[in-house]
Amino acid sequence: MIDRFASGFDPFVIPFLIGMVFVLGYCIVGAIRLVFQLDHADRKRFLVSLITPKTIWKNIKDIFLNCLIHVKLWKRNKLLGYMHSSIAFGWFMLIVLGHIECFVYMPHRVKLFYYPIFFNYFVAENEYTLRGAIFFFLMDFFLLMVLSGIVLAIIKRVRSRLFGMRRTTRPSLLDRIGLYSLWLIFPLRLLAESFTAHISGGSFLTIPMNMLFKAFLGDHMNMLPTWWAYSIALCVFMCVLPFTRYMHIPTEMLLIPFRNAGLTIKHARKGFAKAQVYSCPGCGVCIDACPMSVKKANIKDTTVYLNRNIRRGNEKRIEEISDKCLLCGKCTAVCQVGVDGPQMRIAQRSIRNYGLDQDYTGFDISAMKASVSAEPSPGRVLYFAGCMTALTPAISQAMESVFRKAGVDYAFMDKDGGLCCGRPVLMAGRFEQARELIRKNKEIIQASGASTLVLSCPICYKVFREHYKLEGIRVVHHTEYMLELVKAGKLVLEKGEGSMVYHDPCELGRGCGVYEQPRELLRQAGELVEAAQNREMSICCGGSLGSLTLGFDKREDITRNALNNLVSGDPATIVTACPLCKGTFARYADRPVEDIAETVNRHTK
Amino acid sequence: MDFGFSISPSSTINLDKVDFTLYDRLCEIEPDAKKCMACGSCSATCTAGPWTGMSVRKVILGIQRGKESEAEKMLKGCMLCGKCTMVCPRGINTRHLILSLCRIYGEGER
Repeated sequence: MIDRFASGFDPFVIPFLIGMVFVLGYCIVGAIRLVFQLDHADRKRFLVSLITPKTIWKNIKDIFLNCLIHVKLWKRNKLLGYMHSSIAFGWFMLIVLGHIECFVYMPHRVKLFYYPIFFNYFVAENEYTLRGAIFFFLMDFFLLMVLSGIVLAIIKRVRSRLFGMRRTTRPSLLDRIGLYSLWLIFPLRLLAESFTAHISGGSFLTIPMNMLFKAFLGDHMNMLPTWWAYSIALCVFMCVLPFTRYMHIPTEMLLIPFRNAGLTIKHARKGFAKAQVYSCPGCGVCIDACPMSVKKANIKDTTVYLNRNIRRGNEKRIEEISDKCLLCGKCTAVCQVGVDGPQMRIAQRSIRNYGLDQDYTGFDISAMKASVSAEPSPGRVLYFAGCMTALTPAISQAMESVFRKAGVDYAFMDKDGGLCCGRPVLMAGRFEQARELIRKNKEIIQASGASTLVLSCPICYKVFREHYKLEGIRVVHHTEYMLELVKAGKLVLEKGEGSMVYHDPCELGRGCGVYEQPRELLRQAGELVEAAQNREMSICCGGSLGSLTLGFDKREDITRNALNNLVSGDPATIVTACPLCKGTFARYADRPVEDIAETVNRHTK
Repeated sequence: MDFGFSISPSSTINLDKVDFTLYDRLCEIEPDAKKCMACGSCSATCTAGPWTGMSVRKVILGIQRGKESEAEKMLKGCMLCGKCTMVCPRGINTRHLILSLCRIYGEGER
């Protein structure tokens, strides 16, 4: 290959250079700012993770799989997956191959920033063409791949249902400018490269183009305007990128290392939270997933709109959206960039100003401590039923019966009323108050001498697991505990008549990752049928304590929708493992709803 | 002279002199506050009740009658567990009512 122009420069590269310098500068400054917004401990953790071989490898793997191949999207919908990975991976390969080409044939031009991008314009083939044929082929191949993705993207604008999406967001004006310029980049590239296909070499795409459209492509007067148009399309896309949803492309590459470093949201708007907001591609997958969006209600209260409003600084809407959410976590389960909707909302709630703060320091827990206290013994179990179980006493009665049948030495911590576990206060964003409740409960639990703490409420279970740090005391949910009893032979389950469906409570499933234990128990007790959407995709019952503003009159549709999903296999009984789900479903269900403790109790002697 | 007993302080409330700003503001944010029929289901289920005498019924009644400091004392013990919301026969979102009250307390002074 040889230079066509001694200078190796043409003014049409200027728009590209402007766009590139702007977007690179913006992203680098933004990334540095985000890192500095992390608190000291988090920043250290993040920087250490960047030099730890294990996390380096994980970062590279995750960025490759999520940002380029879009594995999660493939799992969701093949067309959607192909559309994204063809554009992302195809474009990435075009850039990489362009640079390799430049390195191989024009090593003296590598230092020119724009050269690999407009390589075909600046070079002419000579007798060594055949050596470059593989490059020409690959470049055309990946260009075709991107173009096929663009075609799908255009189809998706018109018919999103083909891509498995019922509802999506309306792009803003800038989003549209970004979108159309992105669509234009690649057809223009194809056209521009077709002009020079017989000069600088082409392959199966550009050479036939050059031959077929001789009238246009043969006229060299059209050549420079096309290269200009290509460069301008690139410039427009890169200049609007920071202000559009496409900011998710660079931000996600920062979010993944943040997450792999184990960071959590410490500030509602800065650091990790900000990285999540800008990583949101605004695709609206969370709209279809949100249990509140049933019957087209509350669509504008989904996570995608939370992120959008945080970007726009619309405080009123941020408050409404973050207070309404049920915190079921399904948006996070379906989100391909993994924006943590519930945590984001709790963070927004935590920056509220209250004229009156709760104060639990005056609560005298000595009587409760005395009622459970005993010498530490390895077999002793402490059972904490929690507030919600107090409203559904059948669960605690069943649990006590199970304990007795299995011959377990147990104490019932809140038989005559106790303290709240602290999770509801935590979900309202009142961290200080939650810490006080946790401290008090911890004191009682540690005085009990128990080695195992059994909880029958997933809401409690989550906070006990994540925030209590009870040294030497194992925290288990009653589903896990009963399975242990069965496996140890202390409890014998008898198979009964009638089919059952198991509802995965949000806090137990998505919240704590317990899916298998309850199913294993139920399979031993009878015939287990599955709901249409289960496990990570389970639908919130609508009773969640997560929502601060959603009244019960507005939750009926949510509950009915969740019930319809559960009874798709026509089970005789609905079994769940959460007192709140049980209570909520029982209001509207056409068949019995029971807790797994009751089921187990019924099937044992 | 100490008789070992005394006259209990008057519990008369002069509604003409009561400052209703807090209640009016609450009704603005959570109009359901007016729906309360003081049945006491919330008081019966309250987790904080045994600890501090918390009762949503009494809180609403208190601020309707200008007894804000009593309401404040009770509100401070609320653990937001939400049982009162579940049992309320009038479907009042009591948790939101409590949180709204906590927010607007002393709003004028701030």
